[in-house]
Amino acid sequence: MARLKVNGRVHEVDAPEDSWLLYVLRNDLGLNGPKYGCGMDQCGACTVTIGGSAVRSCVTKLSEVGDKEVVTVEGLGTLDKPSKLQQAFIDEQAAQCGYCVPGMIMKAKALLDFDPKPTEAKVRSALNENLCRCGAHNRIVRAVLRASREA
Amino acid sequence: MNAPTHLSRRGLLKAGGFIALGFSLAGPEVFAQQAGNPALLGDLRQFPRISSWLRINADKSVTLLVGKVELGQGILTAVVQLCADELDVDIRRISVLSGDTALVPNEGTTAGSFSMPNCGTAVRQVSAEARALLVGLAAQKLGVDAGVLRVADGAVIAPDGRSTSYWDLVTGKELEVEATGKAPMKVAGERRYIGRDVPRLDIPAKVVGAPIYVQDHRPAGMVHGRVVRPPSARARLASLDTAAVEAMPGVIKVVRDGSFIGVVAKREEQALAAASKLSQAAKWDVKGGGPTSETIYDWLQTAPAKDIPIKDQKRTDAKPVAASLERVYRRPYQMHGSIGPSAAVATFAADGGSVAIQTHSQSVFETSEAIRKMLGLAEGKVRCQHMQGSGCYGHNGADDVAADAALLARAVPGTPVRVQWSRRDEHRYEPYGSAMVMKAKADLDADGNVLDWTFDLWSSSHGVRPSGNPGNLLAAHYLEKPFAQPTPVNGGGPNYAADRNAIALYEFPGHKVTTHFVAEMPVRSSSTRGLGAYANIFAIESFIDELAAMAKADPVEYRLRFLKDARARDVVTKAAERFGWATWQRKEGHGRGFAFARYKNLAAYTAIAMEVRVDRSTGEIRVLRAVAANDSGEIVSPDGVANQIEGGLIQSLSWTLKEGVRFDAEGAVSSGDWESYPILTFEEVPAIEVVHVNRPGAPFLGTGEASQGPAGAALANAVADACGARLRDLPFTPARVMAGLKA
Ligand code: FES
Ligand code: FES
Repeated sequence: MARLKVNGRVHEVDAPEDSWLLYVLRNDLGLNGPKYGCGMDQCGACTVTIGGSAVRSCVTKLSEVGDKEVVTVEGLGTLDKPSKLQQAFIDEQAAQCGYCVPGMIMKAKALLDFDPKPTEAKVRSALNENLCRCGAHNRIVRAVLRASREA
Repeated sequence: MNAPTHLSRRGLLKAGGFIALGFSLAGPEVFAQQAGNPALLGDLRQFPRISSWLRINADKSVTLLVGKVELGQGILTAVVQLCADELDVDIRRISVLSGDTALVPNEGTTAGSFSMPNCGTAVRQVSAEARALLVGLAAQKLGVDAGVLRVADGAVIAPDGRSTSYWDLVTGKELEVEATGKAPMKVAGERRYIGRDVPRLDIPAKVVGAPIYVQDHRPAGMVHGRVVRPPSARARLASLDTAAVEAMPGVIKVVRDGSFIGVVAKREEQALAAASKLSQAAKWDVKGGGPTSETIYDWLQTAPAKDIPIKDQKRTDAKPVAASLERVYRRPYQMHGSIGPSAAVATFAADGGSVAIQTHSQSVFETSEAIRKMLGLAEGKVRCQHMQGSGCYGHNGADDVAADAALLARAVPGTPVRVQWSRRDEHRYEPYGSAMVMKAKADLDADGNVLDWTFDLWSSSHGVRPSGNPGNLLAAHYLEKPFAQPTPVNGGGPNYAADRNAIALYEFPGHKVTTHFVAEMPVRSSSTRGLGAYANIFAIESFIDELAAMAKADPVEYRLRFLKDARARDVVTKAAERFGWATWQRKEGHGRGFAFARYKNLAAYTAIAMEVRVDRSTGEIRVLRAVAANDSGEIVSPDGVANQIEGGLIQSLSWTLKEGVRFDAEGAVSSGDWESYPILTFEEVPAIEVVHVNRPGAPFLGTGEASQGPAGAALANAVADACGARLRDLPFTPARVMAGLKA
């Protein structure tokens, strides 16, 4: 049994210590925000924040999390009450398929917490290793800048 | 159930995919209908019964049933807009059920930018038909003439204030009649939603992590399956000892059927660990001697091919030829490369006689039939239910993984089995966009104008979708009793396949186009966004620029010499204007490029102007900005069109700058991840402006694949303009630029 703090709640998880955090979040805790994209630290679809920093959950072991809090998009807001950042993605229609988007949002969240007024170049550089295949890049950048403006 | 926000939330979750409905249907009633009334539009002609498309529900909601599916292109939002306007109901009342083979009209595959022309048109008309029918019923009920009634959000109101509503009028089988084709559709001024931006229904769920993708579908009791694929597609299993894998924690089953091998385990990590062990245990016989990613172009031009003349217009004048030019262009195999690898969940009935599959297939009907035949099940015993997947740009791994899941689920009847491909398998085993060679030749008059234009292309298949045939499913090739890959054929006109957009829209005195279709597939290839259009347009629009340069003409002006179609001229002119073509000032290292095409020569018109900077010391290309002018006929959702054009443009830049699948003589693919097959990133994406040319009242023209071709060609032309290097081999890596600079 491992203790894991996720989105404000402490969970007891019955998973091997060396499980990848991604599968624990998805399969043991039933979360959908973190996605499997590559499992190799190459795409960012699985990005969550741990203790406020953006981390790729596909290459993070459950045992590495310790007592820091894990946050996924589910922890930012809900359908009825999306967070400012999530609302900015809706307002900018910043998705095509949207599969990459939860990872983008968590990466952007970590950026904005650290640097609330980033330049466009900074946003692009922060997101540069998060891949999007649909070509929603410019919309995603606009959404992050909008969230920064409206915060 | 009357709070609108509640309805809209329900709507968006339904729009996300299949939903288990509270009512049951004896069978797909949609199959037995009188098709063919010429007054009916799009797919309504085939499925004329109103109830096949629309339900007016007692809870004051409306359900729209469509066979086309959401691929991230926003189609479900667009059809809801059409329905809301023509039916006169608030958009939030409508939910969509799409792509369930047991419930919706069989609209075939969602591909080729046909969704708006076939499905959108049908939804618009059927909604207008339903409105007319309901107003007629209201007129009888209220004892007034139908002409005096008005409809507001489903309420039908008489001039004296008396009213009834759709929900009162529909109590039973009222909609089980055929559409007549006579109901009037709204004109521009009467619409609330068409032509306006309506926020896409599926985006809120996606940003908060609601379970909207098939990858998120985790029914109770579900277990995890993984398939172990051979080192190369032609390899077959030589030996396998499964004992060690069977003893691993959580392993429920090791499945082996011929050379098809996989595992089913309780936890996902356990399935992954078992699959990796199984992969180490498997010994394969590989088969070499095939072409490689380097030799493929020669191979294509020498392999047995079917030569198909698709245009042969002889020049009738006797003008002398002053000069000629011939050029060859090449495109490697390129990937779909969805960010989320393909996934499916399959559940066999406990008696083993039927299976239900949740899938992101574009072709739920044909795929369910192919899987049924592969499994040897009775007719109607495979039900596919569409749920959204990660971005879909053509025939990717969706159908194959559905077959994988079905084969693994067969080993554990009664238990849902989820399979998701690994990144490596997605990269190595999805069907690619085919490699192609294009040869263009022109004879010119003394002013550099084209007299004779000759275009030849060599390609293998762009279409091996399941089509009800198990031989088109990857797993079926490896079974103990294998199904052979059917010999592919090239799709003919008017849409074409390998030769899509191979006929230039320019009017030349002599014009000859020949397709050399190679049926053999050294690596599997199938529909990838735009099919042959991307490579053909790349070649045509590069070549026309080379001719303009020879004629010392401005590339835009030169194109307009041969472009007679008024709508084509319009987008060309608009893109040039908005880009500032006429006033553009050259900066050191910068260049500008232009390209145009009408997708399939019958869908959207798109012209693109682009500015780049080329670093002569490193060969690096930076795309700085792009302007796309687009005419998709009447626009239902301007932002939806912009999103498609931008997305296609960026994807095409990625193909053009970076992408080519590498493989050896055994067919083993070494482009197995994002490091060996990189794609465009945020810092490399240029600013993009989309200029809409709206044509109210004109038919909807498909847009999803329109910008792909012109984007690649505009880039090639801009690079040539910037540094003089004319690149004819895709992709434009720094090494190719450096070689081009030396040439
Ligand atoms: S899934 Fe973790 S980086 Fe791709
Ligand atoms: S929106 Fe599809 S991958 Fe980014």
